[in-house]
Amino acid sequence: MVQRLIKHIATILLTAVLGGMLGATLVRFSPGAGVDEREFDPRLSAESVAALRQQLRTENNLPNFYRHYFAGLLHGDLGFSRTLNRPAAQLIATRFPVTLRQVSIGLLVGWTIAMLLVVPAVMLHSWQFNLLAGGLTSTLLAVPAAVLALMFVFLRAPPSLALALVVVPKIFGYSRNVMLRSYELPHVLAARCKGLGEVRVFLWHVLPVSAPQMLALVAISVTLAIGAAIPVEALCDLPGIGQLAWQAALGRDLVLLVNLTTLVTLITVTINSASDLLGRSMWRGAA
Amino acid sequence: MKKSILHALVLCGLLFASCTAWSQYGGELRFCVRAEPKTFDPLLVDDDPSDTVRYLTAGVLVRTNRVTQQLEPQLALSWKVSENGQRITFKLRRDLYFSDGSPFSATDVAYTVRRLMDPNLHSSTADPFRSGPGDVDVRILASDRVAIRFPAPVAGLDRLFDQVPIMSSTSPKKEMAVLGPFNIADYKPGEYVLLKRNPNYWKHDAAGRRLPYLDSVRIEVEQNRDLEMLHFVRGEVDLINSLDPEYFSRLSSQAESTAHDAGVSLDPEMMWLNQVPTAPIPAYKKAWFASTMFRQALSKAINREDMARIVFRGHAHPAFGPISPANTFWFNSKLKAQAYDPQSAIRELAQDGFKLQDGTLKDRGGNAVEFSVITNAGNKYRAAMAAMMQQDLAKIGIRLNIVTLDFPSLMERISRTFDYEACLLGLVNTELDPNVQMNVWLSSAADHQWNPQQKNPATAWESEIDRLIRAQASTSDVRKRKQYFDRVQEIVREQNPFIYLLNKDALSGIASTVRNAQPSVLRPQTYWNIDELYLQSHADVARSR
Amino acid sequence: MNTGRWIAICLLGLVLTASLLANFIAPASYAEQFRDLPGASPSARHWLGTDDLGRDRFSRLLYGTRISLLLAPAAALVSTLLAGVIGGLAGYLGGGFEGTAMWVTDLFLSLPWLFLLVAVRAMLPLNVSPLASVIITFALLGILGWAAAARVVCAGSRTLRNSDFVLQARASGVSGPRVFAVHIFPNLAPVLLAQFWISIPVFILTEANLGVLGLGVAEPLPSWGSLLREIEGYSAASQPWLFVPLLLLVAVVTCFQVALSSKELPS
Repeated sequence: MVQRLIKHIATILLTAVLGGMLGATLVRFSPGAGVDEREFDPRLSAESVAALRQQLRTENNLPNFYRHYFAGLLHGDLGFSRTLNRPAAQLIATRFPVTLRQVSIGLLVGWTIAMLLVVPAVMLHSWQFNLLAGGLTSTLLAVPAAVLALMFVFLRAPPSLALALVVVPKIFGYSRNVMLRSYELPHVLAARCKGLGEVRVFLWHVLPVSAPQMLALVAISVTLAIGAAIPVEALCDLPGIGQLAWQAALGRDLVLLVNLTTLVTLITVTINSASDLLGRSMWRGAA
Repeated sequence: MKKSILHALVLCGLLFASCTAWSQYGGELRFCVRAEPKTFDPLLVDDDPSDTVRYLTAGVLVRTNRVTQQLEPQLALSWKVSENGQRITFKLRRDLYFSDGSPFSATDVAYTVRRLMDPNLHSSTADPFRSGPGDVDVRILASDRVAIRFPAPVAGLDRLFDQVPIMSSTSPKKEMAVLGPFNIADYKPGEYVLLKRNPNYWKHDAAGRRLPYLDSVRIEVEQNRDLEMLHFVRGEVDLINSLDPEYFSRLSSQAESTAHDAGVSLDPEMMWLNQVPTAPIPAYKKAWFASTMFRQALSKAINREDMARIVFRGHAHPAFGPISPANTFWFNSKLKAQAYDPQSAIRELAQDGFKLQDGTLKDRGGNAVEFSVITNAGNKYRAAMAAMMQQDLAKIGIRLNIVTLDFPSLMERISRTFDYEACLLGLVNTELDPNVQMNVWLSSAADHQWNPQQKNPATAWESEIDRLIRAQASTSDVRKRKQYFDRVQEIVREQNPFIYLLNKDALSGIASTVRNAQPSVLRPQTYWNIDELYLQSHADVARSR
Repeated sequence: MNTGRWIAICLLGLVLTASLLANFIAPASYAEQFRDLPGASPSARHWLGTDDLGRDRFSRLLYGTRISLLLAPAAALVSTLLAGVIGGLAGYLGGGFEGTAMWVTDLFLSLPWLFLLVAVRAMLPLNVSPLASVIITFALLGILGWAAAARVVCAGSRTLRNSDFVLQARASGVSGPRVFAVHIFPNLAPVLLAQFWISIPVFILTEANLGVLGLGVAEPLPSWGSLLREIEGYSAASQPWLFVPLLLLVAVVTCFQVALSSKELPS
């Protein structure tokens, strides 16, 4: 058991590191890596421009970069951000709690709203309610994140609610269809024919069967929320890691992007692994 | 009795005046910058937000008045440029102190200049002073006199000191000890910088009261222009620099007194064709782009008036050349803006061997004239300009493809791979003296965008520009420099290496509670006289209407 | 087929037909600039007004619908099929294959694909036609958009693998591929259908946002995404006609939802 846990943790950590390295490779070979807009300042002399280009060449030498990065990692040094002129560790440490708070509240509210739409939609079997809920989620899907963000700032509402509204349609769409499918299973039909109450049918027969997929959806919604955090933070001007990721992407900041990719991979893999384990153990328990 | 009433009235008047005057003191001015400041070391500043903080906190020897464009004394009482622009001597004000109480003297000026001219320091503040190889000689002649001698003449030497922040040589607070009107009190990364009044600021107003009037300045980090506008309309910020034309129109309709158009700015929007011989583009296209007539024809075929009217809502003007009319001294007033004349463009192209066949322009070899123009994505005004150019050129049979790229990709194409055909970009001019554009006009320079880093000038006209640029840089006679640069402007107008399109207006938003603001076309547009700005309450503003 | 589904299909058909007949219906070309009327309000001549360059907005909506309504569902179909095959096979086969597939999926979800998109733009010739550019954009979105749904599909497939009817099929000697194709895959339809109709507006909006990288439609070609960008500004609230493309997109997505709902709801 302990061995399996250690093996699992080691796999997660290695995956995170691999994710960071692959991300670094993607960045390094994308156009614009190795160019800095300061070169275009006409006040800079030829020597200064040459020094700047040499610095960029050194930074973008991948083997060199990996060597320095892993050596620094062992001492807790995550490198220095060129675009923001600050240690990457400091940037992530100050910004991660902002995103964590926004994502947590956004997911909590998003799941609550989604379930408040899904549960009546599947229990009431009313096409009118389904149409209404579907129309609402279609609207939320169609409204650009920039409009949502501006609306929330205008209303002085917390931006985490904008994030919630971005994830609601996706949670609603998948979970409604999964639960509707479960309603079609023979044992559910039998239970309803035998006169079991709708609440009991839902809680005892539909929900357990849908659980593995719902758990997978919980895990995926975290990834979706982190992805949604990037435009919401950029548009609402929240100093979180989403905004940091966007700035780093535009500036081709290799150090920041490697660290952020590693962090996102770590979170994604950990949550997905946990949901898989839980799903499997629930299934085995039910069996 | 009458005397006592009179005395009472005078007393009341004095009391009222003093209350009104004192009411100028206090308050916090708020505005936004569009990114986080990268550094508070004033010698390493190379981004706008850091430059904003530097402008508000650093003391300088001289300052260009952003409205009159004249150089005015600051920490220096007077100065003298000699030896053909190689030497400058400053006489300094006495009994001044840094914000932490340490005294200011010539030693601090010498220390600053020596740090600035450190060969390992690569900064846009230092590089304009590097006119030639060799060391800079700094001599302290007295506690209030210092002489600086450069290895070679520096064009516009005195004006360059507008950007040089004087640092303390003795203070333990290093760059945090300042001579400007404010000093940094608080900083929250990604959120704001808070500046508080420098209690030792040297300047006084006409009545002898110590400046600045404001208690503090709060600089919010706000990347989103929509949100900045929202904050302004709500009264949460007091100033907006570089306001977009769309928001200007909106502000004008809501509260006309808050929207300010200071007139045409220094900044041009321009397009250039790729003339790099080794560029990976077809040879027949290189031949088009190398042809002066082709470039002139393109310039004539673009309707700049429509662009200014539609894209910038009337807040832009057809450009004349590299120098905007806002630069009153250096602008060549003999130049005229290029008029829209598609018929003349067609005639000129015909002379160059092009033929219009079934609405498509073809060259001598039968190739249809089609090329792409790249510009930076996310700038809707440039995208709109490109769309208008596309329509204009279609009328003379040229097919223009618009490609928007993210800025790093665009930079890579125009400076490394040269894999592009035409580029539409703008220039931000922060200095009046055209000598700072030397790295654009010299054919050997990296910023000579259409064909950078030439070993030898590729054309006779580029050779002539090289000669003129070097000549103006090697003399301190302003009249001669003007003659040389006037000729540069004429050559650029004839040859169109850059097809200058528009000069945008300097638009800004200033809340009605802000007093003494004099928006200027030079940066920083709205707060260049920050020490004289003060805030009036909304009630006082309403009463005064 | 119920009435609701019929109405939804008819509405979708109407919108698609109108867009395909844009050459005949549109009062002007999508590129023509009426420079005397930039930013005009709706009028008899311009039903939805004109944009900032004086282009007829109604015409641009018709032509833009053609692009988005054909390409976004196609991209959504690609991502749905990929999610179905990869997630479905992973859950069905289980064991090491499932572990590896989900590990790859997790990596896929975490990587900054933005840079791949930028690299693709760099590889394309600058003079590629606007239509080719937008087709490539949507194709890329389809290829990159499968990972999230694949996980949910995998969980579903894992559950189905051990269900009675699948066990019975296998015990009856039905081959593995046939069990997957005939018994597992169709039962994953609810999740796949959700993935499909969710992806359509997501891809339309993503295409517009990719304009920041130089991908997506190039001027002067319109798309729903580029039309929707007009409502992102501070000034949009005072111009309600700008929201017509949004209403149309909502209506189309809702129609897809209704049309694709798997069976009549149990009553």
